[in-house]
Amino acid sequence: MKFGGLLFANLFRKKIRLLLTIGSFAAALFLFTFLAVVKSAFSRGVEVAGADRLVVINRTSIIQPLPLAYRDKMMVIPGIRAITHANWFGGVYQDEKNFFPQIAIDIENQRDVYSEIVMPDDQWKTFLNDRQGAVVGARTAKRFGWKVGDRIPIKTTLFGGNNSWEFNIDGIFHNTKPGGDESAFWFQWKYFDENMPADYKGMVGWYVIRLNSPDDAERVAKAIDTEFTNSNYETKTETESAFQAGWAKQFGNIEFLILSIGSVVFFTLLLVTGNTMAIAVRERTGELAVLKAVGFSDRAVLVMVLAESILIAVIGGSLGLLLAAAAVPVLGSALNGLLPVLVVSYSTLLAGIGFALGVGALSGLIPAFGAMRLRVVDALRRV
Amino acid sequence: MVRVDGNGTGSALIQVRGVDKNYSRAGETIHVLQSLNLDVDKGEFIAFMGPSGSGKTTLLNLLGGLDLPTHGSITVAGDEITHMSAHKLTEWRARHVGFIFQMYNLIPVLTAFQNVELPLLLTKLSRSERRQHVEAALSIVGLADRMNHYPRQLSGGQEQRVAIARAIVADPTFLLCDEPTGDLDRKSADEILDLLTRLSTEYHKTILMVTHDPAAAERAHTLLHLNKGVLVEGAHLDSVAGGVA
Repeated sequence: MKFGGLLFANLFRKKIRLLLTIGSFAAALFLFTFLAVVKSAFSRGVEVAGADRLVVINRTSIIQPLPLAYRDKMMVIPGIRAITHANWFGGVYQDEKNFFPQIAIDIENQRDVYSEIVMPDDQWKTFLNDRQGAVVGARTAKRFGWKVGDRIPIKTTLFGGNNSWEFNIDGIFHNTKPGGDESAFWFQWKYFDENMPADYKGMVGWYVIRLNSPDDAERVAKAIDTEFTNSNYETKTETESAFQAGWAKQFGNIEFLILSIGSVVFFTLLLVTGNTMAIAVRERTGELAVLKAVGFSDRAVLVMVLAESILIAVIGGSLGLLLAAAAVPVLGSALNGLLPVLVVSYSTLLAGIGFALGVGALSGLIPAFGAMRLRVVDALRRV
Repeated sequence: MVRVDGNGTGSALIQVRGVDKNYSRAGETIHVLQSLNLDVDKGEFIAFMGPSGSGKTTLLNLLGGLDLPTHGSITVAGDEITHMSAHKLTEWRARHVGFIFQMYNLIPVLTAFQNVELPLLLTKLSRSERRQHVEAALSIVGLADRMNHYPRQLSGGQEQRVAIARAIVADPTFLLCDEPTGDLDRKSADEILDLLTRLSTEYHKTILMVTHDPAAAERAHTLLHLNKGVLVEGAHLDSVAGGVA
């Protein structure tokens, strides 16, 4: 590392400029990381969706129900291992800001379909026998400090006016899939159905089907939709990942939005850093000429300028990534569960470092080539 | 021994044969050096004088491998440098040439020690060996006690002495000095000239110096005059000074 002294001396030559450039990188990488985390949060549903699961909803809209009777009709279609159903409750716990999904579930089949959900058997048994029971994901339990045995009032907003429904926390579940959902609040569908108005009794929000094999997905989906064609409640069946992708799209084209902002950040940063490096090289024309005169090769000069640019990028980028890693959990809490859990994953960090390295290398490339091609005689004449 | 007639014996350290250097400016060809011959033996101290634009610095650049002649050949210590690739020429420069510039051209963010160490970074010397060489070079120029000073903390004369230390630290075959006293007051200039004289007499360094300063030229063993790209041997100092004026 005998050139390290020269590299660092050049780096710290203009401290304010260095700080500002590092600051630009840090800000850009912070933004990059945050956008990547949000994008990942939106697409996580797709990533963790079971390849062997189908979701059946009302063809008109997910807010339109389907008859419970469809369950038995679907069960005869070859390739289906298990079917569960659910309804969205849409209640409020204490304050509207405290959002988390509350879902009335089919307790007999839920765990057959969602095998990644785990919880102690005794807690599940208690839940099965408790009409007002509920099991809650570990993330939501932690968020509100709930523990088994707590009694939780949830005010309904969709069904039965402004009443509060009382639930007993019988268990806390975990998701064995990395990034899988642990925010849901499940309670018994029968308890839900008992309290529904007469015209809504026996109706479910959607079905989730577990297949014997993912290869059956297309055939089974087609069979289900054909089965209910021209009925009062036509169905739309799709894979769980397609359903999750459609769900995420309700928020707009997040990917395009993030890509657009990311591109603007990338090119702005490229121009800012490229300009800074160009100025830095121009200021040192004479010095670079002297280095070449005393025997530094063109390639050595190129590497030196590039290394400087990349070093600035890595320092600034790492700073931005560290800031993002510290800030994302705080932002996640501030969002009150409106988004799935925000996680700065290793892949995001690696992508961030890659982004910083890429911008550092690209922005240093033109000045570095300029320095490499510098003719000593011309440069010394300018000094 | 220095000759400009092209009839050297072939044992000279530096042999320049029939060198032309032309530049094109706005479609016009400018002949900076014409049919130039020069033979310089090891240990010579030569001063080149001549009016501005006479080709002094161009000649120095050619001898230092910083530029290539349009025609002719330059051979130094048996290496013909005029046909070397850019990469080879860079390596050759690092091994054979010590440059001393008018404006010192030190790197301002490096200490005197680090500036002098620069040419050694390209060698395989260990850190401690580099330190020994740098300390020796700084001792020769009388700045061993200023090795941790930055250029801005040194006077012009001291900066030039650091530049000389940088030029000699790798023990090059010869030194090229382009107006080494041009930016200094008389006293500092004399100190630099004393140092160059010492390098010539005590350390037997071959020195080729371009200067406008008659006092500097007086220190050289041989004075060569360049006028309109033609080299003239043994020009009298008075006439040269008159020409410059």
